[in-house]
Amino acid sequence: MHEGGDRVTVKTREPASPEIVQAEDGGPTIRLMAVKHELDEPEGIAPAGGGEATPLAFAADEVVFELDALSCYYGDFRAVKDISLQVPKNQITAIIGPSGCGKSTLLRSFNRMNDLVDSARITGTIRYHGVDLYADGVDAVEVRRRIGMVFQKPNPFPKSIYDNVAFGPRVAGFRGDMAGLVEQSLRRAALWDEVKDKLREPGTTLSGGQQQRLCIARAIAVEPDVILMDEPCSALDPIATLRIEELMRELKQNYTIVIVTHNMQQAARVSDVTAFLTMGEDRAGYLVEMAPTQDIFTRPTNRLTEDYITGRFG
Amino acid sequence: MTNLASSTSVSAEMVRERISGRRVDVGGRTFEVFLLIALLASLAILVTLLVDVFSRGSGVYLERGLDFLVSPLSSEASGAGIGQGLFGSLALMLIVALTAFPIGIGAAIYLEEYARDTTPTRFITANIRNLAGVPSIVYGLLGLAVFVVALRDFTGPESQGRSILSGGLTLAIVVLPIVIITTSEALRAVPTGIREAAYGVGATRWQTVRSHVIPYAAPGILTGTILSMARAFGETAPLIMVGGAVSFLATSDRGLLETIQGKYTTLPTSIYQWVQEPQRAFIELSAAGIMALLVTILMVNGIAIFLRNRYARRW
Amino acid sequence: MRLLFMGAAALSVVITALIILAIVGEAWNFISQVDLPALWAGGWFPRRGMFDIPTIVTGTLAIAGIGMLVAVPLGLGAAIYLAEYASPRARGLLKPVLEILASVPSIVLGYFALQWISPNVIQNVCVGGSSNFNMGAAGIAVGILVTPLIASVAEDAMYAVPRSLREASYGLGARKRTTSLRVVVPAAISGIVAALIIGFSRALGETMIVAIAAGGTGGSLFSLNPCGQGQTMTAAMTALATGSDQVRGSDLAYPSLFFVGFLLFAFTLALNVLSERFVRSVRLKY
Repeated sequence: MHEGGDRVTVKTREPASPEIVQAEDGGPTIRLMAVKHELDEPEGIAPAGGGEATPLAFAADEVVFELDALSCYYGDFRAVKDISLQVPKNQITAIIGPSGCGKSTLLRSFNRMNDLVDSARITGTIRYHGVDLYADGVDAVEVRRRIGMVFQKPNPFPKSIYDNVAFGPRVAGFRGDMAGLVEQSLRRAALWDEVKDKLREPGTTLSGGQQQRLCIARAIAVEPDVILMDEPCSALDPIATLRIEELMRELKQNYTIVIVTHNMQQAARVSDVTAFLTMGEDRAGYLVEMAPTQDIFTRPTNRLTEDYITGRFG
Repeated sequence: MTNLASSTSVSAEMVRERISGRRVDVGGRTFEVFLLIALLASLAILVTLLVDVFSRGSGVYLERGLDFLVSPLSSEASGAGIGQGLFGSLALMLIVALTAFPIGIGAAIYLEEYARDTTPTRFITANIRNLAGVPSIVYGLLGLAVFVVALRDFTGPESQGRSILSGGLTLAIVVLPIVIITTSEALRAVPTGIREAAYGVGATRWQTVRSHVIPYAAPGILTGTILSMARAFGETAPLIMVGGAVSFLATSDRGLLETIQGKYTTLPTSIYQWVQEPQRAFIELSAAGIMALLVTILMVNGIAIFLRNRYARRW
Repeated sequence: MRLLFMGAAALSVVITALIILAIVGEAWNFISQVDLPALWAGGWFPRRGMFDIPTIVTGTLAIAGIGMLVAVPLGLGAAIYLAEYASPRARGLLKPVLEILASVPSIVLGYFALQWISPNVIQNVCVGGSSNFNMGAAGIAVGILVTPLIASVAEDAMYAVPRSLREASYGLGARKRTTSLRVVVPAAISGIVAALIIGFSRALGETMIVAIAAGGTGGSLFSLNPCGQGQTMTAAMTALATGSDQVRGSDLAYPSLFFVGFLLFAFTLALNVLSERFVRSVRLKY
């Protein structure tokens, strides 16, 4: 593992296009290949190979989250095992893997949502801008104001669109120009034009994709640093999905985004960095590989990763 | 609420300062305590009630033992007991069970298994729900008009219609909507798969209902009927309207028909009479009667819940 | 078999029809014969021919009102605690308390009102002396009666609010009290309002507590004083039905019984239909 220094810069990218090739066993399989992509090859970060997870390292001031041997337990059951990785600022980090391998549990540990489950606990550390999130004296509520979350199924409150977006700031004691904040949040969520004339109508009257964008606007309104997304498009139709993916690319200018998805193509389209988790024999999820997205999908270093993205399992 | 994302350099110190220092959430804690107090107040009231009843009533049992349970009503407090009341209550329960249960269960079976979702059906269902919310004294009024006055010759020619029969039928009407509703819920809880399996092998609707649906729903139906019995056992207002309050049960030997056409008292109405007397002896009698009433009701409810838990099947 | 069951179901319609027929018939009998001034006579003394409706209506409303003042905080408070705060173990211990309280018959609470609430609570609160029979004690006991009902319906409504809404609220950095009051309660508001309406309807129709503890047997003057005696529609009905063998006194005493019964039936029916509307709108949302 190479210390500090190297940057991974991701410039414009085309969505990866699938190419049908012949697999080793003779049947057809799909390999994702990136098309004309400029990437500064990070030097010194040589993939270790041999099935060992190589944590991708970033510059110190680029790191938002740093996980060190994090394990998540529900009672005695270990759902997530010994995860060490870094999450870079202002980029989209995707966590992919087969269902049940603990991706959501991992994501929820970033904003202490697992605290809501009585039996949940962690070992290891998560540092957010260098601060241990689970240290004594850290207020989970304050953590959640800075690390927002969008959920799998859109869950707007049964209140008006305006009140949905205004809820977070009100709770946090915001006293400024609420209408302006609501408008800014809705604009950033690419929803303003569609709802500006019906802000008083219930949020539940919107379509699925609009509701999810409303939830994003709601999360943005508290001006977080990070937005966590737990399979945000899995309940949406393809067109709504693409719109949200567009939105994510815009959002990363101002926010750090971590997205859990079981849809590999989505991860390939949208993310800058990808972490692949899978379930071990003890049914705990562990990190197999984490690399710039293009690398993971074109030349994964781990056999398991390659099997997963070519569809051999999961 | 500073946007950390927009700041160019973020130090660990800044962040730690912002997310640390969990202030004790005074408002939230106080709120939680108030809510708990509200809940515990109910407990406190229940306990106070039970303590008061026991302290006043247990003396009667200690002094007279079982004699209290078998003595008839009397103007002498020292000789009065709930014997007639218990008899009357049991007789009423029997009438209720024989009338309200078959009719109520039958109606529920019709509504859940046979009726299609048409306007008349929905009207009937809404009607039943409304009936369940009518105050029981209104049923007493109905019983007065129909059973005591109009059907006097049938219900009790000797007793001006204020008979066990009238009382039992009135209570049956009180209880009928509840029986229909609880039975309907029990039937609705039966998975459709069970019915489909039966129809799939060519059973008629009645065969399906009789051999598959009812057995599955039986614990729920049983629980509902037992609970409604417990409820009927404590009902007083409708009985006052149809004449159960001031009547004594004649103790001479009478045939069955004469008995049910005759005057009566029940446990709750006996208590009601005693409560109205200011003398301490009668207050103690009423407390002792209440003890018997509460014990019976709690036991019956307990049996119903026990049966429900024991026989609930998980498919 | 089908016909048999259908007959049973049709019986429910018959019963409603009978209620309406029997009651409306006699009620009409009353209202058509009574001198209208007797309806505003300053007191309810039916056997003397004074049928002051406002007396018994305000008595009913006063006692039901006091009851709601007791039952709403206790019932809603218990409901919110059970739905949002209680651990599964606490819930298992405390919910049965409400269920046991719910199974106590109203005659027992009438006894409690007269023998305990009146001496221990009312006598201390009402200065200037008060009789042992008073509307305050009856009102409090009615509140105790209705509390488990409100608690149960409201708690069901709050429990039905999907977990995802609470998660969204916590995810935005809200604490438990905020989430309970500003997300869960508003989301469950239809069910909560239904609970209140059902509770109020039950309080209006309560008979034994007021018959035992509120005084006013035989008749009562118009009164709004909780420290004093009062008469409700329900107690007026029992007073009319007991007494001597046949309802005697003024010739109109017997029909007046049905007139009051009709008023009561109409009030509670209207409230129950209203509460149905609220319950239905809860179901539509989810």
